[in-house]
Amino acid sequence: MNVIWLILLSVGIVFAVFTGNLEPFTQAVFDGAKSAVEISLFLLGIVSVWLGITRILEDSGLIYRIAHVFRPVLSRLFRNIPDDHPSLTAITLNILANLFGLGNAATPLGIKAMQELDTLNKDKGTITFEMMIFIVLNTASIQLIPFSVIGILAAYGAHNPAEIVLPVLIATAISAVAALFILFTFRKILK
Amino acid sequence: MIRQLNTISLLIIPLFLLFTVLYGTLKKVRVYDSFVAGAKEGPGIILNIFPYLLAIFVAIKGFQASGAFDCLRNLFYSAFSFLDIPVEVISMSIVKPLSGSASTALFTDIVKTTGPDSAATRMTAVIMGSAETTFYVLAVYLGAVSIRKTRYLVPVCLVADLIGIVTAVFVVRCLF
Repeated sequence: MNVIWLILLSVGIVFAVFTGNLEPFTQAVFDGAKSAVEISLFLLGIVSVWLGITRILEDSGLIYRIAHVFRPVLSRLFRNIPDDHPSLTAITLNILANLFGLGNAATPLGIKAMQELDTLNKDKGTITFEMMIFIVLNTASIQLIPFSVIGILAAYGAHNPAEIVLPVLIATAISAVAALFILFTFRKILK
Repeated sequence: MIRQLNTISLLIIPLFLLFTVLYGTLKKVRVYDSFVAGAKEGPGIILNIFPYLLAIFVAIKGFQASGAFDCLRNLFYSAFSFLDIPVEVISMSIVKPLSGSASTALFTDIVKTTGPDSAATRMTAVIMGSAETTFYVLAVYLGAVSIRKTRYLVPVCLVADLIGIVTAVFVVRCLF
């Protein structure tokens, strides 16, 4: 991230100087800061709501029961998570929320999953392989029906907006499997 | 079919919420107190995430406004011209990992200018549906637990994004 941030900023500034876009650049930097505040405030609301809900799940013990049910499915991918660990529930709920396109639930549950995964982290501040699997699954965006895309297509009079569902499904499945394959390949090479 | 699925996805959260509180009450949990205790952790987590989001948003917005973004797109377009990919797909491939709102705006624009049934619209629609705003996800999830050493995660995500885009183009070419 260090390298990427440095490249984005320095290339941006060099270009702004040469193309005479200095004023828009400076403006954009402060716009960026404003969006960061707005998104954080938005996240504050939904994350707190989901932390409240998951706390009820914890106190009632349901979180461990859900983890128990989904452990056989997830433990093939996430090998180093102990049985009935709460992170399994958070991961499951996050994946389900993603599948159904519930973005407002997926992100907070993903944050919860990262926190639970961090309780298993022996070297705080350094990412674990389980966290990497989880993030890669999220960036591959496994989704059954892309409702917002269909909505836009329908609004502009597409012949059959729903025909995009099948290609999206195929593309999502292929790219998710490919992403995991790349992750495991990197681990093998860099070991 | 789509409508039914939409209804189901609208029902999931309310039903899940109802089930959670009823089950909690059945197990003699004081659900209100539990909820409040859990929600109390929210501000702390967002405070952790905020600087990460700020850093990435400032860099991305600045990059877009400086003109570097357009230059990068033209560069990619000429580099991959032999593949005969619409220029809109190249724009989307660069915008999608960086910004969610910008990619939605771009997609709407592509539908408007090339028509709702064009190849460019279909390819970008598949990219919209099958890719994520990678840098936002990274900032939020890594920020939530203050991860500084990401090992090989970022290169993996970038290669995966690239494969996702190629897959989207390929799938649309095969199916339509």
